[in-house]
Amino acid sequence: MKKILHSQKVAPYVFILPFVLVFLIFWLYPLLSSAGMSFQKVTLGQDAAWIGMNNYEKLLGDKIFGKAVMNSIVYMLLTLIVLIPGPMILAVLINSKYMTFKGFFKSSFFFPALTSVVVAGTIFRLMFGEMESSLINTILSWFDIEPMKFLKGQTTGFIALLTLAAWRWTGVNMLYFLAGLNNISDDYYEAASIDGASKFQKFMLITVPLLKPTSIYVITISIYAGLAMFVESLMLWNGNNSPKNIGLTIVGYLYRQGIEKNDLGYAAAVGIVLLAVTMIINLSQLTLSGMFKKGD
Amino acid sequence: MEYEKLKKTGLFIFFAIIATIILIPFYAIMIASFKPGQELIRKGLNLHLDFSMMSFDNYIYLFTGNHSYFTWFGNSILLTVVQVVLTLFISAAVAYGFAAYEFRAKNFLFICVLMIMMVPFEILLLPLYTLTFELGLMNTYSAIVLPGIANASTIFFFRQYLRGIPKEIIDAGRIDGATEYGIFLRLIIPVMKPSFAAMAILLGMNSWNNLLWPFMVLSDGSKYTLTIGLKTLLTPYGNNYDLLIAGSFFSIIPILALFFAFQKYFIDGMTAGAVKG
Repeated sequence: MKKILHSQKVAPYVFILPFVLVFLIFWLYPLLSSAGMSFQKVTLGQDAAWIGMNNYEKLLGDKIFGKAVMNSIVYMLLTLIVLIPGPMILAVLINSKYMTFKGFFKSSFFFPALTSVVVAGTIFRLMFGEMESSLINTILSWFDIEPMKFLKGQTTGFIALLTLAAWRWTGVNMLYFLAGLNNISDDYYEAASIDGASKFQKFMLITVPLLKPTSIYVITISIYAGLAMFVESLMLWNGNNSPKNIGLTIVGYLYRQGIEKNDLGYAAAVGIVLLAVTMIINLSQLTLSGMFKKGD
Repeated sequence: MEYEKLKKTGLFIFFAIIATIILIPFYAIMIASFKPGQELIRKGLNLHLDFSMMSFDNYIYLFTGNHSYFTWFGNSILLTVVQVVLTLFISAAVAYGFAAYEFRAKNFLFICVLMIMMVPFEILLLPLYTLTFELGLMNTYSAIVLPGIANASTIFFFRQYLRGIPKEIIDAGRIDGATEYGIFLRLIIPVMKPSFAAMAILLGMNSWNNLLWPFMVLSDGSKYTLTIGLKTLLTPYGNNYDLLIAGSFFSIIPILALFFAFQKYFIDGMTAGAVKG
């Protein structure tokens, strides 16, 4: 027995076994049961009943769900706009030979990523408070702008959400791009200088295209994180119930239906829609950017 | 050269402004931690320094008051350490299996690793919740640790790392009569140290800051982690806000200390996923 266990044929399976178990028990089974549950009426502790496409039909006409999908997609798109070009430019600048105190700036930009969403969300909720004396309203008053109730309006609520996202992830994305920049050979820039290219031309024609692998990675994780966002909204509005659902996301709706209303079948259908949306957006992004092209 | 100096100053000022904006929230919560919580509820978070109302009262309450803060703190440390150590060890073993051997279904199983990385964990929340319920694991740390114990991105990262390790090490071990497991434990783990450090930081931060899943699974207040505990303080009763703000600020300090001690590993760990080249 010991001999078999120690043979080179059996050993790899022993090494892999924990993954296979976790994959089957905590991933495949839940995923399949989620797919199954989405065609059922399920309440925790009771027998489930098959109801066909009912959950999905209900979703189609569910305006609040539509709002949640809209919020998640808009949030995801806005994070792409805020968190890709800015950090890329910051990485190029911090990489410049004229840059001083590089280490200090890298660390201080990175700091926010170390805080939990609970702490960061609490800080931002209070900074964006509706009182005249809250930080953001104080700043607005310097420009003679009336105090706002940030977390009660759609646009202003999203500004708060995006500021939080930008604050937490600018530094991390900058580091990603910095790692990408270090893989670009100086030869390209020297050759371009000889040809008389301007700084801007070098950035657009050398840096941006050669950073493509990094950009694809950052875009992929941002799409994923943007569509699955929930805890940020939960903390900013101190609960899953924002006024007129301005901060409700797909995962927030899944949580509301599944945990708060105990309608697990309906929530499972929400999850399957999230899976489909994530897959479609990510696959089309990867196809458009040429990831699946041969020889790329 | 004048022109060069101008560029240096310009860049410095630009970055100094952004750094200031980024650090303001930390400064704001630090100031707030010295003010009464009621003041915060009434006035919101601001940079107003009013020494007449600032005191160490919140910190005195934090360290001597009758509350569960340090129970949560201890739970978070325990859970983070257990989760990181187990996940690192098991994921490393799995990654070694993928990197060092040829076996049947290897490619198929590796595609499974990639698939896990592509599906948002959040859609599994509810089925995992019902599964946890059925397995009788509600309100246990096992329910938090087990689902992520063979972590797909960690396996992926370790496998990439292990591919760079020469196969001669393994062959030499076999010639010396070491068992397959002995080779992994005694020869491979030591060479993996740098990648362990990067992943330990990444997993540690995720575990320390994790909210949603532990929040769903744990119901017993004495088992709460720090994030859940702080979240429960978000109701403006009694001394809650005093504790919330001082406690939030205090919870950042150990992470900052670790960050300064192991800065390089933090940055390696956080950017570990980025595609090289």
